[in-house]
Amino acid sequence: MASSIRVRANANGDITEVQALIQHPMDTGLVKDAKGELIPAHFIQELKFECNGKDVFVANWGTAVSKDPYVKFSFKGAKKGDDLKISWTDNKGGSDTTTAKIS
Amino acid sequence: MTTTTGPHPTRRLILQGAASVALIGLGNLPFAAGPARAAANDKYPEEAFKQKSEADAIKALYGKTAEPSDKVKLDAPEIAENGGVVPVSVTTTLDKVTSISFFVAENPFALAASYKIPDGTIPGVANRLKMAKTTNVVAIVEADGKLFSATKEVKVTVGGCGG
Amino acid sequence: MKARLSLLLGSLGAALVAFALAAPRVVAADKVDPAADAKAFQNFFFQKFPNVKHEDFVNGPYSMNEDMKRQWQEKEEFPPYEFALDAGKEMFATPFKNGKTYADCFPNGGIGIRQNYPYFDTKEGKVVTLELALNRCREANGEAPYSYVKDEMASLTAYMAFTSRGKPMDIKIPDDPRALAAFENGKRYFYTRRGQMNFSCASCHVQSPGERIRAEILAPALGILNAMPIYRSEWSGMGTTSRRFVTCNSQTRAVPLEPQSDEYRDVEYFLSYVANGLPISGPGARP
Ligand code: HEC
Repeated sequence: MASSIRVRANANGDITEVQALIQHPMDTGLVKDAKGELIPAHFIQELKFECNGKDVFVANWGTAVSKDPYVKFSFKGAKKGDDLKISWTDNKGGSDTTTAKIS
Repeated sequence: MTTTTGPHPTRRLILQGAASVALIGLGNLPFAAGPARAAANDKYPEEAFKQKSEADAIKALYGKTAEPSDKVKLDAPEIAENGGVVPVSVTTTLDKVTSISFFVAENPFALAASYKIPDGTIPGVANRLKMAKTTNVVAIVEADGKLFSATKEVKVTVGGCGG
Repeated sequence: MKARLSLLLGSLGAALVAFALAAPRVVAADKVDPAADAKAFQNFFFQKFPNVKHEDFVNGPYSMNEDMKRQWQEKEEFPPYEFALDAGKEMFATPFKNGKTYADCFPNGGIGIRQNYPYFDTKEGKVVTLELALNRCREANGEAPYSYVKDEMASLTAYMAFTSRGKPMDIKIPDDPRALAAFENGKRYFYTRRGQMNFSCASCHVQSPGERIRAEILAPALGILNAMPIYRSEWSGMGTTSRRFVTCNSQTRAVPLEPQSDEYRDVEYFLSYVANGLPISGPGARP
């Protein structure tokens, strides 16, 4: 299985810009399927970025974040070649983790 | 879903705890100590995400109110091409930012996303949100313990996936 | 869905009533001359939208509206078709049970060739689209064909389009009366009114590009296939050229054809040929 997480992390001087896209349905629990049955809520609740042993960004999400969520932010203190660890957990106990090299 | 008592005081304490610890540069020590799963459960602001109105959600998340500030710059389209995927971003020139949150006023649940901004992270974030209909998007920046907001109306003609 | 359709009908009626009677052809009509048709077709759009850069026509509705274009550019920073693209790349590299791969079925191993599809197969006497060629490749190697409308087919064509990005569309019409007939047939299909609403493809994509139908902005017919396949937020997923054709037919209450039926293949041939010279921009992201 390919990772559900796509990351681009680019260091430019002291600032690293991070963009991530995650494959996840982000079902609201309010939408019906073709048979007219409600699709249960299924969404990422927490997404965390860690670099050099420190959280650099933590997202708490509800159901109003779009399907296949995207986020972009920047942080200081990392350099090219450092590891950026990304992990998420959803409301059904699902999770995924990946590590990207900052380039 | 009208109760506004219960877990909120605790919630506020945790947030304040996290904020002050981050400010003195110790990272997320109080949470790192416990087992990972418990820590995650402690941190997720479940109640705030369950509030229907924006005011209740802000109260549940922060326990205080925000004042508009032109130091918070909210970028969102005039007309969303699709309510299911509305690009929204915020930047700010405020100092000592500890969190940034997004609310969509007339969504079934107003709070969309809340981001913790640790020390060393640039106070700005771009994300994509669902909007059920034409309404205000509100960004709140928590800086030095106070809340500052920016608001923008986004027109939605194709609603976003019921939520 | 009902409500949506009647809304569509309402606003369409308003937007297009002016064109209900006259449906001017923007092609040179008297004899079969594809090159002259293509020239007339392109000039029509270049003149109608003098401010749109020629290579921008391939971006569908986004070439027509600045506010939407900005949202699209934001999306393109990390586009929603990324997962399909990766999946397609992996599928492309994965051997069939017999050990062969897709690369064995295509010129240049399938890389950078999207701009040559569809082509006219002089042996078969018919138009062969990329989707069709992919399924034939599977069947020739003992694999079951894929659905033409989404998922695997969209991933594979997304990957192949990506390897051709920026290359100008380059469709040939060989010196064969059947090829000319296919082109003509595609053109006829494109301009023929059908369905309860009595619209042709041209009613929307030639006469009304840039206009809103409910929330949607109509794409210009010029370069309309260069971005295929597309991720549509409305679909919450990918769709192929076949899917788009079927959807457009259904939206006007016309009976959609079978994906890859002769007529759809011919209309793809026509639309691709008249876009010759415009860059491949697929896979695309759409509202
Ligand atoms: C009622 C108006 C209408 C008619 C008639 C119609 N379409 Fe469309 N078409 C649309 C709408 C709306 C879209 C989505 C918005 C857009 O991209 O134009 C669309 C999109 C498309 C696209 C994708 C464009 C892109 O860049 O994403 C293609 C290709 C297309 N139509 C082909 C056809 C063909 C071929 C026909 C005739 C069989 C046809 N359409 C008839 C309304 C129409």
